[in-house]
Amino acid sequence: MSDGNPSAGLEKPVCPYHPAIARFGALTLILSPFISLFMTELDKIRNFSIVAHIDHGKSTLADRLIQETGTVEERNMQAQLLDTMDIERERGITIKANTVRIDYKADDGNIYVLNLIDTPGHVDFAYEVSRSMRAVEGSLLVVDSTQGVEAQTLANVYQAIEADHEIVPVLNKIDLPASDPDRVAEQIEDVIGIDASGAILASAKTGEGIREVLEAIVNQLPPPKGNAQAPLKAMLVDSWYDAYLGVIVLIRVIDGVLKKGDRIRMMHTGATYGVDRIGVFRPDMEAVEELGPGEIGFLTASIKQVRDTRVGDTITHEKRPCVEALPGFKPAQPVVFCGLFPVDSAQFEDLRDSIEKLALNDASFTYEMETSAALGFGFRCGFLGLLHLEVVRDRIEREYDIELITTAPSVIYHVYLKDGSMIELHNPADMPDPTLIAHIEEPRIKATILVPDEYLGDVLKLCQDRRGIQLDLTYAGNRAMVIYDLPLNEVVFDFYDRLKSVTKGYASFDYQLAGYREDNLVKMQILVNEEPVDALSIMVHRDRAETRGRAMVEKLKELIPRHMFKIPIQAAIGGRIIARETLSAMRKDVTAKCYGGDITRKKKLLEKQKKGKKKMREFGKVSIPQEAFINALKMDG
Amino acid sequence: MPALPEDWQEAGFGLYVHWPFCQAKCPYCDFNSHVAGSIDHHRWTGAYRREIARLRELTGPRVLSSIFFGGGTPSMMQAETVQAVIEAAHEAWDLANDCEISLEANPTSAEAARFHEYAAAGVNRVSVGVQALNDNDLRRLGRMHDATEALNAVETARDIFPRVSFDLIYARQDQTLSAWKDELETALDLEPDHLSLYQLTIEPQTAFGSLARAGKLHGLPDEDLAADMYDLTQELCDKAGLPCYEISNHAPEGQQSIHNLIYWRYGDYAGIGPGAHGRLTLSGQRHATEACRNPGAWLEAVEGGHTPEVSVQPIPPVDQAREYLMMGLRLSEGVSLSRMDKLSRNSLRSEKLDMFQGMGLLMQVDDRLQATPRGRIVLNAVLRELMED
Repeated sequence: MSDGNPSAGLEKPVCPYHPAIARFGALTLILSPFISLFMTELDKIRNFSIVAHIDHGKSTLADRLIQETGTVEERNMQAQLLDTMDIERERGITIKANTVRIDYKADDGNIYVLNLIDTPGHVDFAYEVSRSMRAVEGSLLVVDSTQGVEAQTLANVYQAIEADHEIVPVLNKIDLPASDPDRVAEQIEDVIGIDASGAILASAKTGEGIREVLEAIVNQLPPPKGNAQAPLKAMLVDSWYDAYLGVIVLIRVIDGVLKKGDRIRMMHTGATYGVDRIGVFRPDMEAVEELGPGEIGFLTASIKQVRDTRVGDTITHEKRPCVEALPGFKPAQPVVFCGLFPVDSAQFEDLRDSIEKLALNDASFTYEMETSAALGFGFRCGFLGLLHLEVVRDRIEREYDIELITTAPSVIYHVYLKDGSMIELHNPADMPDPTLIAHIEEPRIKATILVPDEYLGDVLKLCQDRRGIQLDLTYAGNRAMVIYDLPLNEVVFDFYDRLKSVTKGYASFDYQLAGYREDNLVKMQILVNEEPVDALSIMVHRDRAETRGRAMVEKLKELIPRHMFKIPIQAAIGGRIIARETLSAMRKDVTAKCYGGDITRKKKLLEKQKKGKKKMREFGKVSIPQEAFINALKMDG
Repeated sequence: MPALPEDWQEAGFGLYVHWPFCQAKCPYCDFNSHVAGSIDHHRWTGAYRREIARLRELTGPRVLSSIFFGGGTPSMMQAETVQAVIEAAHEAWDLANDCEISLEANPTSAEAARFHEYAAAGVNRVSVGVQALNDNDLRRLGRMHDATEALNAVETARDIFPRVSFDLIYARQDQTLSAWKDELETALDLEPDHLSLYQLTIEPQTAFGSLARAGKLHGLPDEDLAADMYDLTQELCDKAGLPCYEISNHAPEGQQSIHNLIYWRYGDYAGIGPGAHGRLTLSGQRHATEACRNPGAWLEAVEGGHTPEVSVQPIPPVDQAREYLMMGLRLSEGVSLSRMDKLSRNSLRSEKLDMFQGMGLLMQVDDRLQATPRGRIVLNAVLRELMED
């Protein structure tokens, strides 16, 4: 774990998010002589987050701030200190909120406590972002001075504005030749509407401007407000599981003082606990005696599952509770569903085990057992979005070494029956008899896309193809901002990939859920060799069914290897075939040369091919490779 | 009382001699071949002789039906070495009256100039690696001869050796069906008595393999074109009186390669030289042998009086039946069902046999199970199912 690789997962006593704990276990809870163990005065505290687009240098900047203030010794520095999951580092994204407390001796001679919360930076985690934003008073808006503002920056900066943050613009990467800070500053003013005249020019890479950033945090951001005498009121910002300490809860104290040994109550879940430990992250865990108003830190209280904690919940004292909980609490709502099945059906129990363990650490992930005629036993899982789905799937495959078949992602449809009742449909396979259905509603989103104007036409076409309704189109410089009302169903699968591809990566995209609307939706089935394959069923708009059906059968014709007989591949609505392809019989599969030395080799090759066959699923006489289930849905146009 | 006949006696006994050196590595070849700066022919001669003596101790007296010099490029061997090996084999075993002694040769003029010496050493059949009759394609295949040189070498060989075969590689990059038709017709016009026609196969451990992985090997035929080319090959060869007796080998009755038939009919063969494989029945039990691949290590082991083999494994009866099936179905004559049964009872899945016969991919003629021409071209798929556990 000292290499920062969390792949051991929950089996070993490691925390997937904070490597320090993994290194030293509970022993990291040392009392540091360098920090105050007691609460800090409000006017010496600054709490902030960093708002940035992927690759604009957020993590590097955070690393620099930590390094500049000597919070972590040089020899312990590793790139992207705060992104501790493999997946976070690989994709350059942050999934869990991370935090670090920095002591900074400012030019005015005072020592300030700076708390940085590194927020998740993806639309899937918008609620988590909003809670993290509420836990701090200001934000650094980091924009790549060679690139400019992106849609994701916008979404997060609006969250910051909504949370009444003071915002300090930082123009990063000024060391690069393509840097154009004046243009980007102007764009910040145009697009976001905040004053960028005092923007700090910085290079997280060379360290230029880092001192100025620290001074701006002290001088421009407001100190937190709060009352140490009032009843305890703290926000649960995030939580995660540690094998030694149980659930670790990241909190921001608003009012009152939290001490070790206190009895606390979670106001939404109603659960009460005795606090075992409190402390702060530097970024390793360090114990403190108390946390007062404005402070950010952690508590442990023998909480067994992350599921028992809810992001946004209010923590108060059991005996002397505060009157009102903090506003804005929302329970986690999965919006995208798919089936996860083990490729090797003998691994079903392993899959159950891994899913249960991951769920302990992720309250927003839901699962229930599912049986598919084609795929056997598996789980229907709910996710906050596609990234969340991919993260969970990757972790199961990597950390638990289980190969998965992922079925078509689906959203929740509201199916209204003629008897007046409504069913929430998570899986097209569960679709009721069409004669019983009055109408079907589907979830919509409001999508914001920023794109250089030369790609605008392609983006509009993509949105129209996905049944979008244009709500707005404006320009900022040579970049267009389009807002579309789109069916979530059309976005969950490969919309983002297609958007990146048609705009050569220059578009940025963000969305929020925007309610349900009735539409003409039908269930489309795929038949392979005359047998319906339930794992390939999808819900589709009636007008688009032929096109989708044709695309899917054509794709499947490429994805399914030839067999020794012809295989019809059909798309059907009800009993009606709407598209058909025929996969020709295999014509050649033979080893050209086979002599004395090749017998052993050929035997091995045949064994390997037989094993390869095991990675496929049998549907009647037909073997379908696992990757076909997802790839069949990808649309090229 | 005479001992019960052992299974290998159904197909005979041959000696394979592996010469591991080439002047250059061809981009499609994944055989155990090495490019060496200098070769001490004397040492190799001595080592081959020692190996033959060692194997004779293991096998006891037998009739040797064939000797095959393969490689590598055996036409780089000195005739003295070839002669010494043949003499040693002659001393060790009884050579059959019609003992086939084959040598693989490259068709460069330098090598053709040595054909006389090989014939004098006892070689009675050469297999010439022509590979293509198109200079541009020969260069792409990394060959060091051109088409004219190759045709001349075949002519020279026919003047010297009683039996001559040559190889062509087809389904090459950018090859059209009609181009292959012209090329094969040119080859058949030479009236060879044996032809090996291989479709180009991209092996992972080769230069072509890495190119293919990088997505840079263009113009290979797709499955349908490759199948069309195979069908055309059968048609033209049949017309020319060279029917296919094995998936990639064509000859009129009586001209088949005796040595290779030992492999396909699952006989016994001793393999000597780096990386050589063998199948040897010792004390009634069939073994698979494999020598170490590195030429230097092999040479040192043999000279040091050690066995150069890295593996000598008894083959369980069910695997013997599988190996016989795998090899035997490559032949148009197929396999003997009673022999299959003697090797291992019920090793074939009867429902699959019925299915493939129903599909016209296999057929049964008295005691023989054969792949039909349609079955042969998808033989791997048929075998996978027949051999499923």
